[in-house]
Amino acid sequence: MTDTTLETVARPTVQAPEPQRRSPLLWVRRIPGWLVVAVLLIAVGYPLVWLLMGSFKTQAEFLNNPTWALPEDWTNFDNYVEAFTTGNLAVYIKNSILATLPALALTIIIGVAAGFALEVMVWKGRGTVLLLFLAGIMVPGQMILLPLFTIYFQTGLTGTLWPLIITYTAIGLPLTVFMMATFFRGVPREIFEAATLDGASIYRQFRSIGFPMVKNAIFTVALVQFFFIWNDLLIALTFTNRDDLRTIQVGLLNFTGEFGQVQYGPTFAAVCVNVFGTLIIYLFLNQRVMKGMTAGAVKG
Amino acid sequence: MNRVLGDWRAVTVLLGPALLVYTLVMLVPIFWSLGYTVFEGNPIIGFTFVGWDNIAALFTDPKIGDALVFTVKYALVLTVGQVLAGYLLSLLYVFWLRKASGLIRTLVFFPVVLPTVAVALLFQALFAIAPQIGPVNALLNAVGIESIDWFASGGTAFWVIIIMDIWRSMGFYAVLLYAGLVDIPEELFESARIDGASGWRLVRHIVIPLSLPVLFSSIIFSINGTLKVFDSVLALTNGGPGNTTTPLTLYMYQTSFTYGEYGYGSSIALLLTILCLLVTLFIFRSSRRDLTKG
Repeated sequence: MTDTTLETVARPTVQAPEPQRRSPLLWVRRIPGWLVVAVLLIAVGYPLVWLLMGSFKTQAEFLNNPTWALPEDWTNFDNYVEAFTTGNLAVYIKNSILATLPALALTIIIGVAAGFALEVMVWKGRGTVLLLFLAGIMVPGQMILLPLFTIYFQTGLTGTLWPLIITYTAIGLPLTVFMMATFFRGVPREIFEAATLDGASIYRQFRSIGFPMVKNAIFTVALVQFFFIWNDLLIALTFTNRDDLRTIQVGLLNFTGEFGQVQYGPTFAAVCVNVFGTLIIYLFLNQRVMKGMTAGAVKG
Repeated sequence: MNRVLGDWRAVTVLLGPALLVYTLVMLVPIFWSLGYTVFEGNPIIGFTFVGWDNIAALFTDPKIGDALVFTVKYALVLTVGQVLAGYLLSLLYVFWLRKASGLIRTLVFFPVVLPTVAVALLFQALFAIAPQIGPVNALLNAVGIESIDWFASGGTAFWVIIIMDIWRSMGFYAVLLYAGLVDIPEELFESARIDGASGWRLVRHIVIPLSLPVLFSSIIFSINGTLKVFDSVLALTNGGPGNTTTPLTLYMYQTSFTYGEYGYGSSIALLLTILCLLVTLFIFRSSRRDLTKG
C-alpha cells in the first residue's frame, strides 16, 4: 500500500467529475456544501482557538464569565509564567528533547542500513528477517514493558533517560525498516548492478547511491517517527520514576494533579505550548507529514 | 555480482545493529514476558512460581470480562466512526471541493499530529461541567438541554472518548481514503455519467465498489490501532468512573504498576497480543489478496 499512497497523495487533485449542465444558479446549489465545510472548520478549529483564549484567562474569568467569552487581556502571560516556573514545563520540554533526538537519530541510522541490507542486498533468509521486523509493528507495547522494566532496574539505568532512548529506538525500528525497505524497492536494481560491475564496494553503494536516492524518504520517515516518539505516553510513563525525568506528555498528565482541577489557566497555557509547538512544525512540513503518516498507516 | 551484493560480512555490518537492538529490546522481552505468566511477584519483592494460576485467573476475573468488552466495543465503534467520518470527508474533498481541497485537507489533518495528552486535557475542559460550564454543555444549554456531567458515568464518558478520537483521526483516514479515490480512473466516471448515473447512484454503484480495497485496509489499520488504545483513555478518564472505561491495556498497566503483579500483568498483555494476532489473521484470511498493498 505504501507505494501507491505516497504517489497519489503527492499528486495534485485529479479532475473530479464536472456537472454536465452549467446553470447560472450553480452557486445556490453549492450553498449546502459550503455549510458542511463551515461546520467542519468550526469543529476542527474552534476547540484550538478556545484553548488559546483560555490560556490568557485569569482564574476569575474562568469562574465568572461564560465559556465562550474572549479573554479580557490578550497580553496576560501570567499563566505561561506559572506553567514554566511552578509547573516545571521547561524541564519537561528539555527531557522530551533529550530523549527524542538521540532515539530518533539511532533508529533512523540503523533502520536505514537494515532496510538497505534487506532490500538491495541479495542473501538467503532476508524475507524471513523482514517479516520478523514486521511482526514487531503488531505486538502491543504492553508485551515488552515488564521485562524491560526489570532489565533497566537491574542494570541501574532506572533514574536516567536511557530507558526511554533505548526503548524508543527499538520500538521505532519495525516501522522504519519496513518503510525504508519499501522505498529502496523503488530504486531500480540495475543501478546497483551497474555500480557493482564498475567495482563499487557495497558500503560505497550504500553511501553514494542508496542513501542519496532515498534521502527525501528518510526525512519523511524521521518526521513520522519524531511525532510518534514525541507524543508517546506509555513508555515515558513507565520509565520515568522522578518528576525531573518526566517528558512533556507525562508532565502534562500530572499538571492537573499539581494545580488541582480548578487551576485551569496554567494547564491551558501548558497544553497550548505543546499544541502550538507541534503547529510550527506542521506549518512548514504539513505535506510531508501527511505523506509520511499515511505511508506509515500500518502502525494503526 | 553476488560477491558484492550478497557479501555476508556487509550484511552483518549493515543489518547487525538493527537486528541486535530489535532482538534484545523487543524479541527477548516478548518471550521473557511469556515466562512471567507462570510467576507471581515483581523484581523488587521477588518471584514465586504459581504455574497456570495467572492464566486460569484470566477466565474467572470479572474485570477481564469488562475490560475485554470495553476494548472490543471501543475498537468496533471507533473503527466505524473514524473510517466513516474519513470516508465522508474524502468524498467531500474529491467531489465537492475538488482542486480547492488542499487547504481543508491540511487543516483537518492537523489534530492527527497533536499529542494525545494535550487533546485529552482539551476535551476534558470542552466537556466540563465544573468549575466552569464547558462549551459543549453551554451549547446544550443554549438549545434548552440541561448540562450533562459527561465523566460521571461510563456510558457518557465512552462517547466523549469516541468523539475525541474521531476528532483526532478523521483527517488521517480522510487523506488515506482520498488517495484511494483519486486513483479511480476518470473514464469510469465519464462512462457512468453518459449512462445516466449521477449523485447518489454514482456513489453507490461506482465510487463505493471501487474504493472497497482502500476502505478495507483503512478498517484493518483502524482495528489494529484501536485494540491497543491506551493514551486517550488514560489521559481522558483514567479508566473511570470505577473501571467502566478501562480497556485491557490500561488494566494491564494498573495490575503491573499499581499493584505490582507482574505475572498477572503479563498474562493480560498476552491476552491482548493474542487478540491482536487473531484479528489480524482473521482479516487477512477473509481477504484473498494482500490488503496492506491497498
